[in-house]
Amino acid sequence: MDHAVLILGSLFLLVPLLMVLQTTTTPDLDTIKNGPQFVIGNRIDDNFMAAMFKASGFSGENTGMRMLMNSMILGIGFAVGKIVIGMMAAYALVYFRLRFATFAFWLIFTTLLLPLEVRILPSYEIAQKLGLLNTYTGLIVPLIASATATFFFRQYFRSIPEELVEAARIDGAGPVRFFIDILVPLSQTMIAAMFIIMFVYGWNQYLWPTMVTTDEDMYTLVRGIKQLTQDLEGTSIPQYGRANMLALIAILPPVLIVIFFQSWFVKGLTESDK
Amino acid sequence: MKRAGFTTRWLPMLLLLPQLAVIIVFFYWPAAQAVQSSFYLEDPFGFGSTFVGLDNYTYLAQSTEYAKIARFTLVFTILVTFFSLALALLLAVKADKVIRGAKSYRTLLMWVYAVAPPVAGFIGLLMFNQSWGPLTELAKSFGWDFTLGVNATDTAAAMVLVSVWKQVPVNFIFFLSGLQSIPKSVREAALIDCASAIRRFWDVTFPLLAPTGFFLLIINITYALFDTFGIVDTLVKGEPGNNPMTLVYKVYVDGFRGNDLGGSSAQSVVLMVLVLALTVVQFRLVERRIHYT
Amino acid sequence: MAQVTLNNIRKVYPNGNEAVEPLSFSIADGEFVVLVGPSGCGKSTLLRMVAGLEDISEGTLSIGDSNVNHVDPAERDIAMVFQNYALYPHMTVRKNIGYGLKNRKIPAAEIEKKVQEAAKMLNLTEYLERKPSQLSGGQRQRVAMGRAVVRDPALFLFDEPLSNLDAKLRHQMRIEIKALQRRLGVTSIYVTHDQVEAMTMADRIIVLNAGRIEQIGTPAEIYHRPASTFVASFMGAPPMNLIDAQVKDGRVVIDGDTPVADAQGTGAVTMGIRPEDVEIGPTCDMPFTIDIVEELGAHRLLHGKLAGQDFTIHIGKDVAAVAGPIRISINPDAVVLFDAETGVAL
Repeated sequence: MDHAVLILGSLFLLVPLLMVLQTTTTPDLDTIKNGPQFVIGNRIDDNFMAAMFKASGFSGENTGMRMLMNSMILGIGFAVGKIVIGMMAAYALVYFRLRFATFAFWLIFTTLLLPLEVRILPSYEIAQKLGLLNTYTGLIVPLIASATATFFFRQYFRSIPEELVEAARIDGAGPVRFFIDILVPLSQTMIAAMFIIMFVYGWNQYLWPTMVTTDEDMYTLVRGIKQLTQDLEGTSIPQYGRANMLALIAILPPVLIVIFFQSWFVKGLTESDK
Repeated sequence: MKRAGFTTRWLPMLLLLPQLAVIIVFFYWPAAQAVQSSFYLEDPFGFGSTFVGLDNYTYLAQSTEYAKIARFTLVFTILVTFFSLALALLLAVKADKVIRGAKSYRTLLMWVYAVAPPVAGFIGLLMFNQSWGPLTELAKSFGWDFTLGVNATDTAAAMVLVSVWKQVPVNFIFFLSGLQSIPKSVREAALIDCASAIRRFWDVTFPLLAPTGFFLLIINITYALFDTFGIVDTLVKGEPGNNPMTLVYKVYVDGFRGNDLGGSSAQSVVLMVLVLALTVVQFRLVERRIHYT
Repeated sequence: MAQVTLNNIRKVYPNGNEAVEPLSFSIADGEFVVLVGPSGCGKSTLLRMVAGLEDISEGTLSIGDSNVNHVDPAERDIAMVFQNYALYPHMTVRKNIGYGLKNRKIPAAEIEKKVQEAAKMLNLTEYLERKPSQLSGGQRQRVAMGRAVVRDPALFLFDEPLSNLDAKLRHQMRIEIKALQRRLGVTSIYVTHDQVEAMTMADRIIVLNAGRIEQIGTPAEIYHRPASTFVASFMGAPPMNLIDAQVKDGRVVIDGDTPVADAQGTGAVTMGIRPEDVEIGPTCDMPFTIDIVEELGAHRLLHGKLAGQDFTIHIGKDVAAVAGPIRISINPDAVVLFDAETGVAL
């Protein structure tokens, strides 16, 4: 009985993905006529090549390859930026006696309250003013402007026994030494968990990339989805194979990371509940 | 702060600098600007703007269209939150019970977490394709002539379904880890005190899971309000038309497409207040519930 | 090696809470001093001020000949052993022990030599490549010791280092630490709330209570001549018996007229007597009622009432006793008298 519920649940979540996968193996005409079927075709290579190396826009620059690269840059850049900035700020807040610490704390953690979506237009205008449209900086940095990672690292640092910093001080480690020799190695698991969560979050961003990138060579896979739906609508012979393959490519890297580093990911995610 | 913190003066400032710089430029500045421009009316041709006081707000308050969208957002949020939490809780309780394969189920059920909302919407389009979409067919077999993008109710149903589909995994992960952190001794005590499994769930497990539940409630409301943007945008194929939309989508449509900066900013401010209110509620609830943990 | 002097040292927290009232004492070169007191008495704060982990609000602290009030912990030539060991979890035993030396820019070959020496001294040689999580409690304790020993400091500081160990290990480590300190001859300050540790390890004990020094003395002095009722009841298990008594005509009397000991003055006093300084037998001079006999193998404890007040007697294993009335007498030479109001020894 328990297994029946779980299997049904798994099917509910997985069958749509399998259907997308199926349509990437058959000729487009089959899909246009019949939709997803219980057949595995032989078009997977063709569709993969088309998805990776053919462009659909005017410029011919938004190939799957290009978008994959942009998504990688966004995912990794976002995750790394968030972790580096967050760790530094959390370190300053937890381990130093600062006069304006409380003020900095509130300044930083108020950002947790308002998601980017509610200040999207002014953010866009500022990015425009600073000349950041269609740049990687403009794509990544404004997304970093919240303190989720800082918050996690602060929580984590506070849970590290006090005596460790005392022992290090007696052992002659200054603040920089302590950070590099003790704190960073100790935080490895936390950093890994953060990286996974932030990579997936960055990779999956849609609204901001849609606004800030208009050059096709700056498109990410997820941002490119918009164009895919328009392509499927606008043409008489929609290229389901290629489009669905691109959707799969957009899904695959974050899914693989989440599945492979499951235990870290779950630990990092549920840590926020504490 | 740690008792034995370092006393160096310049280093912490240096460490805080990048974080502060980023949030000041890309958080406080735009947030302040949103508030400011909500009091102005932008000239449609870009020739400056006029101070109009609260006009943008009174317009919103009187707009029947805005009221309609707010109502839809409310219903949408309630449905998405309820179904994704209920389904995830059911699955988590079951996965916690099975001894064999709990981890494999977790792996299977986790996948969709990593799917981006617009990609989820894209898959929704496939499932609800007018001529052969498996779900359209399914609806047809129940006598429901499902027309995504044409009938507003159908589109809304698709939005809810896809949003629930996308959100179940996160809730599942949290519920499962919450269930697994209930001490074995407490379960065993309950087993001795109470024979009925259903009673045990409602009397012991559920209250112990309550803190996780409240946390998730807020997470899910925020998700339904904001993160579903990609799903909505994809399902309506970027053409709002007669389709239902959420408040965030309206901000985007008015501001970015319609160039009504003042109106859109006023809407942003309304949303900000909404989120702040949610946060206050969250803190209140968390405070009251804290003794459970 | 060095002598340590605390001169009017005081600690006030920013919220106005005075954790340590101005106090002074000095520790001789090579001496093992134990700071003992209940939790919150200020003993850890005092130790942390000596270590340099806590600012000194007032007063001067010198280690050796130099004032170290404003010297960084790393430069004070001290080593500290923490209650939870504070081992670096991601470093091997070798790296844990050598980390302080590495920060002092000591050449790698010399570090290796010193680590080997310390490991040999502490029987850790075969564990050098392990991480702390792969060690037992006692081994971790030794690593923490090794980290202190390897630096060859002028002063060892111990902050309740044995409180995380089980009773048997604690006993063993007590002896090991004491032996090691003897061998190295390093001046040591040891903080504990466990009076047994204090008694067995110290050359001198400093009893602290509520941020003040109650008494400084050798274990024997503290035990037999406590300076206050606080010390009398804190040190010793079971603690010293404290009984309300009167001084009349140069005699201490408890109840009725039986004189217990000679004394000067007159009026109400608190009389202290250790449980082992009481004799029982049919010819003794005072009636006593045994409520409970606690059998401890090597000896027995008799809990009961003397003149209506709680009283405990320690007797040898060869003396028989059952619940009920008996007669006892008190060794007059072992009696300590305290002011009934202030609790200070008379």
